[in-house]
Amino acid sequence: MPELLQFCVSGLTVGAVYALVALGFTIIYNASDVVNFAQGEFVMIGGMTTVFATAAGVPLPLAVIGAILVAMVVGLLLHRLAIEPARGASPVTLIIITIGASIFLRGLAQVVFDKQFHSLPAFSGDTPIRFGGAAILPQSFWVLGGAAVIVVLLWGFFNRTLIGKAVLATAANRLAARLVGINTSFVMGLSFVMSAAIGAIAGILVTPITLTSYDVGMLLALKGFAAAMLGGMGNPLGAVVGGLAVGLLEALGAGYISSTYKDAIAFIVILVVLFALPGGLFGKASVERV
Amino acid sequence: MGKLLSHRLAVPVVIALLVVALSFAMPSNFYYRVAALVWISALAVIGLNLLMGYAGQVSLGHAGFFGIGAYAVAVLPAQFGLHPLVAALAGAVATAAIAFLVGRPILRLKGHYLAVATLGFGILIAMTISNEAWLTGGPDGMPVERLTLFGWRVRGADTWYWISGGLLVIGAWIACNLVASPTGRALRALHDSEVAARVAGIDVARAKLTVFVISAVYASVAGSTLALVNGFVTPDKANFLHSIELVTMVVLGGMGSILGSLAGAAILVVLPQVLTGFHDYEHMILGLIMMVIMIVLRAGIVPSLAAFFQGRRNK
Repeated sequence: MPELLQFCVSGLTVGAVYALVALGFTIIYNASDVVNFAQGEFVMIGGMTTVFATAAGVPLPLAVIGAILVAMVVGLLLHRLAIEPARGASPVTLIIITIGASIFLRGLAQVVFDKQFHSLPAFSGDTPIRFGGAAILPQSFWVLGGAAVIVVLLWGFFNRTLIGKAVLATAANRLAARLVGINTSFVMGLSFVMSAAIGAIAGILVTPITLTSYDVGMLLALKGFAAAMLGGMGNPLGAVVGGLAVGLLEALGAGYISSTYKDAIAFIVILVVLFALPGGLFGKASVERV
Repeated sequence: MGKLLSHRLAVPVVIALLVVALSFAMPSNFYYRVAALVWISALAVIGLNLLMGYAGQVSLGHAGFFGIGAYAVAVLPAQFGLHPLVAALAGAVATAAIAFLVGRPILRLKGHYLAVATLGFGILIAMTISNEAWLTGGPDGMPVERLTLFGWRVRGADTWYWISGGLLVIGAWIACNLVASPTGRALRALHDSEVAARVAGIDVARAKLTVFVISAVYASVAGSTLALVNGFVTPDKANFLHSIELVTMVVLGGMGSILGSLAGAAILVVLPQVLTGFHDYEHMILGLIMMVIMIVLRAGIVPSLAAFFQGRRNK
């Protein structure tokens, strides 16, 4: 039993990061129909910038804020310089642009930072907390708590603020949103900035546990994408549930079945779910218009 | 001229002329080798383009099929003493069988869901290859027996240049014929609208499955050829990064364009070779070039340029 609890906690911790990446995918996808494969790079930028800022003597809280700001600027530039000029291009073209952006950002990180693995000291020490026979790292609570706070804030933003509702309106129908006076280009830029911030926060919170390096982004982007699809593309709740589920599946699969095939186990479950529910767990059945 | 270019044989003939013409401009063995790598990648990309460009179905798992082909010519001769050509054939048959079996459930999915399902499937193959070290040598890869034809040992970059170039021409020829066939028309119909295609009496599931199997076999043959050229296989060719690279080649060159497949493969194979001179800046420049090409030529290199020149002529 303590074993199961241990696996669940570590699975949920990694899953929270996947969930945040998947949320980033969802926000950008809803606002602009772009599947942003550079999403994982925001996670990398958050972690790496914090590591190098603290190494340069900047206090941790300032370094964290700085790293989030850096990611937000990168997100805005990505939208303004790469996505906006290609407006109206097919979705596949836009996906390849984001893959190009992800290669570019990885290359940039190689030059600005380095190719080593880096860690951050845990925010509240490394002494594991004993709970029901399992040893839980305090940093896990930071990751889970941080993810929960972000989800609540996002919920508030989308349901309680005018700008949030403008984003929802844009997601529902871009032309209609423009007709009622919503600046859809601003909304799309905002969605990139928000996704970048969320990704950066995930990267900062998880770096003390999983380490970071210039090339952690691609795998995270794929896992986040898979999580978003598992939940049902475009559904924020689905993204969170999908992310946590992928993390749990990996941890339980690695613990009970085979650690070398842990990624495979998560994907087998995703395949089975998609065969049964072709629109993901929370997706609506899609109807093709003729 | 326009009529000549739209003939069914035009594209394979153009590629054949290109292969012959380039052979006069090869300064060293290294260039022959890079060109052979372009032909091999282009072969896999043509197959994937049939699936993506004509049928409108995405696959992020084609490197898995590529890997099956590559490991077939590595494992079967080493374990069972099969001739490499027989092994390549067995790899192609096995790939077709696997694609047939998984294709039916997977191709029911659409768009991004199809992408994630094929991605997962490709990862399963890649993980099997890199984890079953007793058979495949694991992450370190394994050597491939040299190809011997009628007592003649095939070696040398220039020899492989001609062999892979020949395979590419055959692959392009088959692809052009397929596109012009009733199956090809059915694929384009279902690309535009599955419902409309079904209403017109097309067996959508079967058409999709056919092109999925064919494109998987292309990848497998390309994988086998690459393994024989290199004399060594590593699991990274079955990896999802290679799948993404293949998709990028398709889109960069132009979806639904056989010549575009060659252009896309040429760019992504040659560029990294050129850019190694820039050391640390290699990835930045590569990413930048990809973004600029896609922003400026958003339908892909060949279709965008073709439309541009067509437009000028009509003025």
